[in-house]
Amino acid sequence: MTSTIESGTAQPKKVLFYRHSVLVRITHWLNVLCLTFLLMSGLQIFNAHPELYWGQYGADARPDPSFISLGAVEDGDTIKGVTRIGSLSLNTTGVLGASKVDGELAPRGFPAWITIPSYQDLATGRRWHFFFAWFFVINGLVYLLYGLIAGHFHRDLVPTRDQLTPKHLAHEVAEHARLRFPKGEDARHYNSLQKLAYVGVIFILLPLMVLTGLTMSPGFNAIFPWLLDLFGGRQSARTIHFITASLIVAFVVVHIVMVLLSGVWTNLRSMITGYYALKVGPRKEISK
Amino acid sequence: MSIDLTRRRFLIGSSVAATGLLTGCDALVENATVNDILQKAESLTMGTQRLLMANQQLAREFTEADLSPVFKANGTSQPDSEEYAKMMENNFADWKLVVNGMVQRPLELSLADLKAMPSRTQITRHDCVEGWSAIGKWTGVPLGVVLEKAGLAPGARYAVFYCADELEQTLDGSGKYYESIDLTDAWHPQTILAYSMNGKDLEVAHGAPLRLRVERQLGYKHAKYVMRIELTDSFKGLWGGKGGFWEDRGYEWYAGI
Repeated sequence: MTSTIESGTAQPKKVLFYRHSVLVRITHWLNVLCLTFLLMSGLQIFNAHPELYWGQYGADARPDPSFISLGAVEDGDTIKGVTRIGSLSLNTTGVLGASKVDGELAPRGFPAWITIPSYQDLATGRRWHFFFAWFFVINGLVYLLYGLIAGHFHRDLVPTRDQLTPKHLAHEVAEHARLRFPKGEDARHYNSLQKLAYVGVIFILLPLMVLTGLTMSPGFNAIFPWLLDLFGGRQSARTIHFITASLIVAFVVVHIVMVLLSGVWTNLRSMITGYYALKVGPRKEISK
Repeated sequence: MSIDLTRRRFLIGSSVAATGLLTGCDALVENATVNDILQKAESLTMGTQRLLMANQQLAREFTEADLSPVFKANGTSQPDSEEYAKMMENNFADWKLVVNGMVQRPLELSLADLKAMPSRTQITRHDCVEGWSAIGKWTGVPLGVVLEKAGLAPGARYAVFYCADELEQTLDGSGKYYESIDLTDAWHPQTILAYSMNGKDLEVAHGAPLRLRVERQLGYKHAKYVMRIELTDSFKGLWGGKGGFWEDRGYEWYAGI
């Protein structure tokens, strides 16, 4: 990485550089739209049977034990929400298992405010989910094709050899932990943690969502039976679909926090207009 | 400190936004134009699956070892009409499957007639639209064998299954269970009229005396308590016009996903 040292000016100079191509910006925001609706409609679908199993089949707590469930149990003259993971049970009343519907506690996997529609309606949830699944897949394919052809992956996302050395990674982890982010010329490229996170989401988590989703389709099971073997059965695929969705939500949370902490305006501007502002100027330290 | 403040502001901001979104989303959900657009995805799904299924691929078949210890019964588990009770009493000896509509030879087949016809046994997975699955062993007559016997009249496109159970009490009969499939699925080798489950006569909870198995689609397509099969060129004129009990209540007609 080259470092520019400017002298003579007392104040750091703001330099705008073109960071995100128009295709990356459009597919990014369409992806935000798709993932939002996919998550909300997905939780609506999940609520129709808020239990997860491992293997080819699984239907009810007894006799097919689920290993994750968001259930409701009677508690005096009211109910309480119980989230169970294996043998661990947690009281999650109000959020998971039981939450308020029209002011009263009702059995519900996920609460009304995060599902689409807010009330229980599996048919509508499915309609939204499959529409945005198609939208997401087409948008994703356009992005992948562009990324390969235009060299976006190679240029921006694949970590360089220097970035992958244990020493460099340890340094970046330490810097991130102190909430110190690359400045100036160093901010011109993604840092290695950023690259690894993006690569993990783009090439592992999102494709995993599509494949596990297809594995739940009886039609696609007949077309691609190897999907069932890959994930160990339809119910395993459903569970992996759920866990992967949770990981994507976790990524989005970290992503948003990072945007907020590392210069919200320049980050947002670059994803809207394409231009990212670098502060270059008298430098106190030379980049490593 | 500053992080806390940002986080709190963010949380307050997002909960205000979420309340606005919530009513906004429900309004969108109930908008007819939005629904028409979203529904287009169903044809895309069906078209894609049918293109990739051009060879009439089979659904996965399992072994005895994979059978669910208990097969969950869903929907109706005991039709409550008097006629059904009477049929049940003498073990469906008087029951007859009617095959009519756009056929050359309308049929009336007793359970004994069906059992005397060529049969197919398959161990398959039943997937409920709710998300659960159960594996069962089914024996029955391939629907194609019955259709060949009846002979399709030109123009026939769908097989409609009329059932003995009423899932919703209504005055006009629109709460009676019915289903429909097209000829691609009707001729599929795994599409059978099952009279046996897990080696025994089909239980009432699972659709006795006869239920449909359409293995590449979700559970609600697998009509139970089948009384009559009508071959037709359209199901538009039937009750809700969408081709099935659940379809009339918003679910996809093509349930391959």
